[in-house]
Amino acid sequence: MTTTTLAGFDPAPLQRQARWQHAEYAFWLLPAAAYFAFGDQLALLSQIAITALFALSLDLILGYAGIVSLGHAAFFGMGAYTAGLMATHGWNEPLAGLAGAAVIAALAGFVTSFLVLRGSDLTRLMVTLGVALMLFELANKLTSITGGVDGLQGIEMKPILGQFAFDLYGKTAFIYATLVLFVLFWLARRIVHSPFGLGLRGIHLNMARMPALGTPVNARLVGIYTVGAAYAGIAGALLTQTTQFVSIDVLSFPRSAELLLILVLGGTGSLYGALIGTVVFMTAHHLLSGINPQYWQFWLGALLVLVVLFARDGVMGGLRALARRLPGAAK
Amino acid sequence: MTIALETRNLVKRFGGFVATNDVSLKVEGGARHALIGPNGAGKTTLINLLTGFLEPSSGEVVLKGEAVTRLSQHRRVKRGLARTFQINRLFARMTVLESVMLAVCERRELGARWWHPVGSHGEAIDEAACLLAQLRLLDVAHSETRSLAYGKQRLIEIALALAAKPSVLLLDEPAAGVPTGESRELFETIAQLPREVTILLIEHDMDLVFRFADRISVLVNGGLVVEDTPEAIARDKRVKEVYLGEAFDG
Amino acid sequence: MTVIFDGIASGLLLFLISVGLSVTLGLMNFVNLAHGSFAMLGGYVCVVLLNRLGVPFLAALPIVAIVSALVGVALERTLYRRLYGASDLDQVLFSIGLVFMSISIAHYFFGAQQQPLQLPAMLSGQFNLPGLDVGVYRLFLIVIGLAIAVGLQWMIAGTRFGAQLRAAVDNPRTARGLGIDVDRVFVLTFALGSALAGLGGALGVEMLGLDPEFPVKYIVYFLIVVAVGGSGNIKGSLYASLIIGICDVAGKYYIPQVGAFVIYAVMVVTLIFRPQGLFGRTAAK
Repeated sequence: MTTTTLAGFDPAPLQRQARWQHAEYAFWLLPAAAYFAFGDQLALLSQIAITALFALSLDLILGYAGIVSLGHAAFFGMGAYTAGLMATHGWNEPLAGLAGAAVIAALAGFVTSFLVLRGSDLTRLMVTLGVALMLFELANKLTSITGGVDGLQGIEMKPILGQFAFDLYGKTAFIYATLVLFVLFWLARRIVHSPFGLGLRGIHLNMARMPALGTPVNARLVGIYTVGAAYAGIAGALLTQTTQFVSIDVLSFPRSAELLLILVLGGTGSLYGALIGTVVFMTAHHLLSGINPQYWQFWLGALLVLVVLFARDGVMGGLRALARRLPGAAK
Repeated sequence: MTIALETRNLVKRFGGFVATNDVSLKVEGGARHALIGPNGAGKTTLINLLTGFLEPSSGEVVLKGEAVTRLSQHRRVKRGLARTFQINRLFARMTVLESVMLAVCERRELGARWWHPVGSHGEAIDEAACLLAQLRLLDVAHSETRSLAYGKQRLIEIALALAAKPSVLLLDEPAAGVPTGESRELFETIAQLPREVTILLIEHDMDLVFRFADRISVLVNGGLVVEDTPEAIARDKRVKEVYLGEAFDG
Repeated sequence: MTVIFDGIASGLLLFLISVGLSVTLGLMNFVNLAHGSFAMLGGYVCVVLLNRLGVPFLAALPIVAIVSALVGVALERTLYRRLYGASDLDQVLFSIGLVFMSISIAHYFFGAQQQPLQLPAMLSGQFNLPGLDVGVYRLFLIVIGLAIAVGLQWMIAGTRFGAQLRAAVDNPRTARGLGIDVDRVFVLTFALGSALAGLGGALGVEMLGLDPEFPVKYIVYFLIVVAVGGSGNIKGSLYASLIIGICDVAGKYYIPQVGAFVIYAVMVVTLIFRPQGLFGRTAAK
């Protein structure tokens, strides 16, 4: 362990990874800019923030740990219903609602994580799909609790921390959703740069090798799946609280499928890919479905096919390729 | 001398095929023990049973006097049993340092820490760097694994096993696929490992085996045929038959 | 009794549609979630032939199968074949994309409403046996379903083409070395899967209905059949379809409040405990 052995060794490249870059600071100024530039579209902007959080939760389990899921809406929906039911039963404080949703979704994630530990990607896709469908069917049939296809109504929220009431223009809702997104993003960023996050990347790259390094692979996967579920639950709760309504759509298959598309579109395994994918997707959705909802679905499908065939690394992949070409870009 | 690693009547069947047939092997502490045998003799299967990658049909695996037969792979690693793979199993899109950090963090029980970044665990980084220096990998520490030549990757394979600070190291054909010149160098590196580390080696190249090992076991058709010193093995008729027989077949 | 009979009929219908998926998924290792789109295509072709062109139902069925097969071949040549080596996730995303596109195309041409289908007189109506009401159309479905099951089983296990297909899937490189035209085998298999889907879709209009959401509504059922039956396993698909058909009909009849929950649960439990399917061969690896 003498310094002479290590002469010329510089651990800085490893240490730099976790540090915030200039581009990241700039990125997080965008929500503030959007708030002033599109003040009449705050409802849409809140939706973007919420969906971005949802996409982030999938990126944690798919992009980092490599667990494919066609049923991630299960946790989003659980969070949405938990927050909604808490509110209709007198727990109207928003942050308590988020906490409740996170706990319930995390529990569900913990329990179901044991179903996705083994098996091929195909088995995992179908198991997650099956679990989500079971929940959908449950919500559909338990009309006395969930309102079934009519949705859960009569949700009223108290002001956040007793201070900030939700207003008609959606200002509070947007700031609230964005702040929650930022805090959870910051936390996710810590997680993926920690030894735990490095281990997840290892599992993703070479699952069979990890036990030989002494890694309890199953425990790690259970851990991140639970965290991912909690994130999705919080996103669902945010949707409930900002729209004061829970539609059964929160649990639907298209929601899970769209989420996968968003993530693949943005690029997996970079956190920012989830955010950028959401912004691109939601903006396109807003513009195109305004013209005709059916056309939108067509272009959505076409986009999926094209992304899979030609742009598997998504927007982030493109940006990285661009950065490599720019002269003077740091390696 | 104490026994570092032992198997007792170990049997592994795949359907009707007996891949490991009643193997009772003893590896002494600090030994440089080689396991040789023709192709298909069940050497890698035996390693897989030792590390817990496979579960035996019957019999026991004993590590430093304790039965570990029911323990999962990662628990055996924690108890000091590490291995390398015959074919590289690396992390193509990680840098060399990151790969080794994976294993070092795991041994230092940091693997589940999720708050501080990897780069802030200074002692772990120092340890990883020392290991890389020992294997002459320090200059490529920040290169992606997939960008390196096969011989270098082979060293990473060994670095990952050493990062677990094993008391028993299983090397499954460490020189496989490495050009002859580099394989000498690789074995010099292995030979420099401290004597406390017990090594069980599977190797095809008899030159290397006889130069390196102080004890040799011969495995044929899943069963141990003979175990002795290299000098005795070199004279053993059965071993000659086995190897000449194979040569005629092939 | 009638419940069981109806269950068998809907089971065989399910078999007709999903066996095509079992073929592409099990034999070609392609996760084609757009399978329901081919069934929907068959349904719409059938409706157009009957209602707009006045083609008799029985004559329309072979045309439906051929059209579906041709569309299948066209897509296989242009798109699917690029993804044969891709990951499950990529195949799933790709085929979900096709599903979305097919839904909006169906919307564009036919609107959101259910399509009516007038069955010929000889296939409608029912006759009554003691304790059993036999719908003629259901009987017809059972007969066709069984005939196709037998035919497929024979084709895959007993013909030269079947042997080539199994060889091509097990090891494409060796198969090529043996002079098998792997490309051709895959195209034909894909065409077969599409034709079966289209045929099933056409036959299913009467019982399942037909609207643009068809591919999403029923894909889960097809997947369940394949999951429970074991993919690439004709007999397994048949048994699984029958079990699911009977459970589904009986469930809706006796305990409607449970709905599809049980079937989803069966799928998840099967996948976890027997990933190769209830009727799959235990992997001999």
